Amino acid sequence: MPADRRILSPMVVLGGLSALTLLSIALFMTLGARGKWDFILAFRGTKIAAMVLVGYAIAVSTVLFQTITNNRILTPSVMGFDHLYRLIQTGLVFQFGSGLVATLDPRLRFGVEVASMVVFSGLLYWWLFNGAGRGDNRRSLHLLLLVGIVFGVLFRSVTNFLQRIIDPNAFLTVQDRLFANFNRVDVELLTVSALVVLAVSLAGWRWRRTFDVLALGRDAAVNLGVEHRRAVMTVLVMVSILVSVSTALVGPVTFFGLLVANLAYLVIRSHRHALILPAAVLIAVLTLVAGQLVLERVFGYNAALSIVIEFVGGLAFLFILVRGSAR
Amino acid sequence: MIDVKTITKRYNGTVVVDGVSLSLPAGGVISLIGPNGAGKSTLLSIVSRLLPMTSGTVEIDGLDVTTTPGEVLARRLSILRQDNQIMSRLTVEDLVAFGRYPHSKGRLTDDDRGHIRNALRYLDLEPLAGRFLDELSGGQRQRAFIAMVLCQDTEYILLDEPLNNLDVKHAVAMMKLFRRTADEFGKTIVLVLHDINFASCYSDRIVAMRDGRVVHQGPPEVIITPDVIRDVYGVEAQVMENGGQRIALYYQ
Repeated sequence: MPADRRILSPMVVLGGLSALTLLSIALFMTLGARGKWDFILAFRGTKIAAMVLVGYAIAVSTVLFQTITNNRILTPSVMGFDHLYRLIQTGLVFQFGSGLVATLDPRLRFGVEVASMVVFSGLLYWWLFNGAGRGDNRRSLHLLLLVGIVFGVLFRSVTNFLQRIIDPNAFLTVQDRLFANFNRVDVELLTVSALVVLAVSLAGWRWRRTFDVLALGRDAAVNLGVEHRRAVMTVLVMVSILVSVSTALVGPVTFFGLLVANLAYLVIRSHRHALILPAAVLIAVLTLVAGQLVLERVFGYNAALSIVIEFVGGLAFLFILVRGSAR
Repeated sequence: MIDVKTITKRYNGTVVVDGVSLSLPAGGVISLIGPNGAGKSTLLSIVSRLLPMTSGTVEIDGLDVTTTPGEVLARRLSILRQDNQIMSRLTVEDLVAFGRYPHSKGRLTDDDRGHIRNALRYLDLEPLAGRFLDELSGGQRQRAFIAMVLCQDTEYILLDEPLNNLDVKHAVAMMKLFRRTADEFGKTIVLVLHDINFASCYSDRIVAMRDGRVVHQGPPEVIITPDVIRDVYGVEAQVMENGGQRIALYYQ
């Protein structure tokens, strides 16, 4: 095939990304280590595991979400998915009291939260994308974007409101859960999340060729015999689960998914999800691990990684938006 | 056979397709003509299950399009709408290969590769096979989409304004290709056309629509007449015979 010579083949890109990711993980595990290795490895290993899991969940959920919505600007977090998950977490404490929620098995609690997330986000976004009885009139991308941002703010405000009116003990329980970050990850939650993500991935891998067809748009997908409605619903469920995992572990990150998904489209010049998804995951993990490494070793924990990522991601978002509307 | 029974499509009270019944036998080229807003594209979308109907039924060889599994229909009927925007980075060859998805679910066999090669050759796309879609002109892209649909190799091929963006040379080549596909392979090709003379010269049968209804149908000799054109489009036209083909002149 007379491919453009300036463009590297997808396999080379994937190989390079894997090498860089492994290198950054190795550096993260060993750099500046003083003391007993078994403690250091276990301590840093947990952080790495959390970052890999979060990067994976965000990258895959964003790419799949963009595949079913056929655009490169909307992401689950821009559409308010992660704030919805926050609202569900707070809502459960509000409804059932901190005593019950705190004594519940964390795995069961996570299960309940994910299940409610799947149901609510499924209903909400199904309604949104299928135009609430407006038939086949596609909604404009900018309208969806606006609605998503308004939803995000609404969910966050309701969450804040609920937190104000619950009793102080319950508030502490909630707060304890909401201020998670990579330096304080719940190991038990990590294991459950890893299993959930693995299950979603195994299911998703069998669908990878269907994803390629879905990315052609609804009409083409229907023409090629994909049961579009069911396929979109399945992907929405996967996305909801993955967003729950990443939000439960580190909280909302608005623009990170957008950044890694678009970088993946940029470096992988192919339509195949079998290539795009791994690339997005590798870029996400690399960004998180390398970012955290620089943050800890160079700036000595003096800045938050999320701020840096959101700043760069926000710029990328504006750039894509402006370029997209100029075209 | 495509069997359309009393199809109605309504958007918020506006009737776009109004109780259309139509029976199209298998084989041949059938053109749908009519003024803007006559409901041609909507009817085509309903027949191909892209749009749900408000009432009525459509059967393709006895298979009801609303209840038959998508993958079964995809091997029997293909549709290309206008304005195909694709987000993925696709080469022409990748796009055409998608036409084989209903048959091989993405794992290409040698047979599939043969179909892809033929489709590329028929549409004069071989030199462009490795180019990305966003590097092509509108007409080249249109040809790539048509190649994908032909590659799907279905009994019924529905195309909404396939001559969009094509220059005269490629428009003629495209119509000849449709004619050949119908004659040599026995396919049924249903086209929405704006150029009534292309419809006249290449169709076995013309269906004329106005205001959501089928107002005339029949072979070109019956449809391409001053009376029918006045009734359908509301313009005065002269009709000339030229080597057995009827050409309508409506430019003045």
